[in-house]
Formats: sequence, structure tokens, C-alpha cells
Amino acid sequence: MKKQELLRAENVSEVFGGLKAVSDFNFYINEGELVGLIGPNGAGKTTAFNLFTGVYKPTSGTISFAGKSIVGLKPHEITQQGIARTFQNIRLFSELSVLDNVKIAHHSRIKYGLGEAVLRVGRYLTEETAVEEESLRLLSIFKLESHAYELARELPYGAQRRLEIARALATQPKLLLLDEPAAGMNPQETKELMDMIRWVRDEFKLTVLLIEHDMSLVMGICERIYVLEYGMVIASGTPQEIQTNPDVIKAYLGGEE
Amino acid sequence: MFLALGLIVFALLQGLMAAKIIGSFWQLNITIIGINIILAASLNLINGYTGQFSLGHAGFMAVGAYVSVVLTTNFQVPFVPALLVGGVMAGLLGFLIGLPTLRLKGDYLAIATLGLGEIIRIVIMNIPYVGGAAGFKGIPHHTTFAWVFGFMLLTLFFIKNFVNSTHGRACIAIRENEIAAEAMGINTTKYKVMAFTIGAGFAGIAGGLFAHMFYIISPASFTFMQSFNYLIMVVLGGLGSLTGAIAGAFFVTFISAALASVPEFRMIIFALLLILLMFYRPQGLFGYVEITHLGPWREFFLRKERAKR
Repeated sequence: MKKQELLRAENVSEVFGGLKAVSDFNFYINEGELVGLIGPNGAGKTTAFNLFTGVYKPTSGTISFAGKSIVGLKPHEITQQGIARTFQNIRLFSELSVLDNVKIAHHSRIKYGLGEAVLRVGRYLTEETAVEEESLRLLSIFKLESHAYELARELPYGAQRRLEIARALATQPKLLLLDEPAAGMNPQETKELMDMIRWVRDEFKLTVLLIEHDMSLVMGICERIYVLEYGMVIASGTPQEIQTNPDVIKAYLGGEE
Repeated sequence: MFLALGLIVFALLQGLMAAKIIGSFWQLNITIIGINIILAASLNLINGYTGQFSLGHAGFMAVGAYVSVVLTTNFQVPFVPALLVGGVMAGLLGFLIGLPTLRLKGDYLAIATLGLGEIIRIVIMNIPYVGGAAGFKGIPHHTTFAWVFGFMLLTLFFIKNFVNSTHGRACIAIRENEIAAEAMGINTTKYKVMAFTIGAGFAGIAGGLFAHMFYIISPASFTFMQSFNYLIMVVLGGLGSLTGAIAGAFFVTFISAALASVPEFRMIIFALLLILLMFYRPQGLFGYVEITHLGPWREFFLRKERAKR
């Protein structure tokens, strides 16, 4: 069975003043794939994420998701289409409880109106109960249910990273973008995270794209890898191909001219 | 339960007033506290829950006040419909003003709303039909403690249920982290404008209640100093806490009334209290916390939550 293409970027460029953050970026990801995006600092990885999620509008080029163009859509519209993300520098709703963080992410699927909310009748009751149950279920998957009523900022670092993933999943995405999920984790935590990402992908029938510096994680779970340098894709392929690619080795280790 | 508690407090105060234990000076002040609670709670929805720093609340109050007094005095419209029309007009204005200004953030939004509040006041001052700078005279005295208390309960009920719904959570998410809120599928512009509109609407109702307490109102009652006053109530009580808004409104109104006998020291004592509070409790009396989350209450409510499951 041939897998469906989910996201495609063609000749995408993003220019900030005189700086070309991303240029002629070509990219695709198929349904169900687990793809990595690597490259040195400042190579344009997070910019690529921001382009996919509508935070930036590409200066030129096209991006399509599930066959439809998403260029010019606002971030919340893109989320509603089915792309969810986590952030490199954790962006939780830190003064709210862990449970509320996940509840908020259900927002775009809740249908009750203002009147029902204020009078607490009708769909408000059924939908709020459903959201609460669903949120607690997600928290228990990520081993956070015992912290459900604590404030998000009081969680240990690794748990905050897990909560970000749980929150992103609560929007029920088709494509999950993870921006350095293992940043600041020790090798043991990274290994657990790897297993979790793989499990989440199978359990939720997701497609996953991740940015990561930890090579053991990238090489361990990604099926395909894109390497960015100075805003351009310098290589793409399977982990084995990337590891032996001379351009990549040069970009990472520096080579003789 | 919320309503029952409200009715008990109401019965108690009304009884004390009827028995003349609370004199007319304090009776007036308690009514003003009620109006200020509406204003503080509605400003808290904008500043505290949604995190949009607005300083134009007195302007919306003025719109509600003038619209309702024109309706009751010149057109003999009954009191409550006039109040509601005043609230709707203030809300509508809030919507129209919110659309462009809520693109601004932080200090810039504060200055823009401050300016808009002043524009509203100066426009009213230049409309001869409502008396201009001299003020609008001959307002029927409709506002009673009972009406104020009723509308106060309505406001608190509305805002409490609003912030505990998905719509309110969207607003709080914007305060906490706007970029993450967008990434979670929240239309941030829509919810900022919604909070602003609702807040302005309740400010309009409060303005109508305020106006019908007196024989005359003038634009001088709605200067930016008034907006600051409500901001002080909200910050003092705790941004993002309804209990805090109530406590703040009560505290500020009570202190300025209690110090009315020593007018020359009033502002000094008041300023000192504020400075001390900001030193020792910068998050306000209640912070983000509601009274129902504290101490023995917390246990009580958590048990109720658990019992539901």
C-alpha cells in the first residue's frame, strides 16, 4: 500500500531583512512516517516549524497539508486542520494546573456557546465532562495524572516536556511537530522519551516530525532525516545514508577545504 | 450555593439598613461598593484573566451612564431596560474599539485605551444634548441597594461561569502564553475582543447604576483617575481572581470612605498602604487564587469534586 503524502513544502524561502533564514526548502512527509530535521544551531530548523504552523508566512513557495495549501492561514486555523507542535523553549500555561493545560487544548472541538457556558446548561455539562475524562486519560498515558491538580510550573523539567506533548496531542493532530523534545534530558530520560514517541505514533496513528540535537535519538527512531545548514537542505535520506554523507560530516565536524 | 450565599449577605445587609443600624452614609457607601465590585470584576476579566492591560474602563462606564440616563429622563424608559441598553451600547463600543486596539500589547495597549477613555469623555463633554461639561441634570433616583446587589450577583455569576468554561480558559491561555494559545487552536483575536466587549458591557451597566444614584452626572465623574481607581482595586485584590476583585473593591471604597473625615491625609495613607502591599504581596491579596481554593474550603471543594467521580 502506498502511503499518502501529508505535508509538502516546495521552494519555500523565508527572508528576514537581509537574512535568508530558509531558502529553497523542499520537504515532504508521508502519513505515518517519523522524520527528523537536524542541523547546526541557526540552520533554520525552528524557522521551518514556524512556517509549517503559520507563525511565519513564507516569503515565497508553497506549503500544503493533506492536499490543501496552508499558506496564509493563522496558527489556530492550522492547528484546527491537524498540525500540533511543542516548543523548543517550553511554553506551558505555567500558572494553570496541569489538567487545565490539557483541557485548553480541546478548545477547537468544543461546540457549546457562550450562553450555555454562562447558564451551565445543555452541551456545557456533557462536553465539559467528556473533556475532563479525555484530559485525565491523556495525563495518565504520560504518567502525569498524580500531578493533575498541581501548577504546570511546579513540575520537574522532564515532566513539563511530557506535558507539552500531552497538550499537543489533545488537539487531536494528524501531524505532530516536536521541537527538541529531548533538550536537557539525561540519557535514561531520552531513551524513555524515544520509546514514548514511537508508542504515541502507533497508538494515535500519527505522523511525527522532530527537531533534535541528540543524535542517539534521531538515528534511533527516525525513518528519514533532513539535514539543514544555512537555511538549505544539504542532505536527506535514511539514518545510514546521512551518517555516511560527506556534506553532513563536514557541516557538523568542519572539513578541510 | 453561590446564589444562596449572596442572598444571605443581601438579607443581612438589607436588615441592618432597615433597622437603621447602618446609617445613610454607610448605606450610600455600601451601594457604591456594590457598583465598584461590578467594575472591578469586569475590568478583571480584561486585565486579570485575559491579561490585556486596559485603562479605559471609566470611558465605558460613562457611555452606559449617559445612554441610560437619557433613556430614563428624556424618554421615560423604565429603569432596567435603560440599564441594559446602556450596557449593550458600552459593549458595542468596546467591540469597535477592541478590534483595532487589541493588536497592541502591554504598555502600548494601556496608553491606547487610556487615550480612548479620554476621547469618550471629551466627546460627551461636547454634546450639548447631554449637558456638555455642566453635566446632565434631573436624573430620576432609581438606584437602590437591592438593584445594585442584584446586578452585582448577575455580574459575578456571569464572569465566574465564563472563566470556568472553554471560552474563559481560552482567555486565560492568552494571558499565560499567547503563542502557545494560538498553537492550541485558540483564535486569540476573537477571545481578546470577546473579553473586552463583555468587560465593557458590564462597565456600562455599572455606569447606569452609578448615574441613577444622583440628581446630576457630569463628564468629570469619568476621568482616567476613575479608571486608575478600578485598576488599583483589581491589582490590590489580585489579577485573575474574582474574590480578589470583590476584596479590592471593598477595601479601596471602604478605606476612602473611612478616611473621609481626614481628607488631607487620605491620599497619603492610601498611597502608603498600596506601596506596602506591593512590597509584601505583589500578586495582590488573592493572587490568582479564589477563596474557594484556600484552606478548609479547598478540602471541602476537592471532596465534592472527588465525589462526582
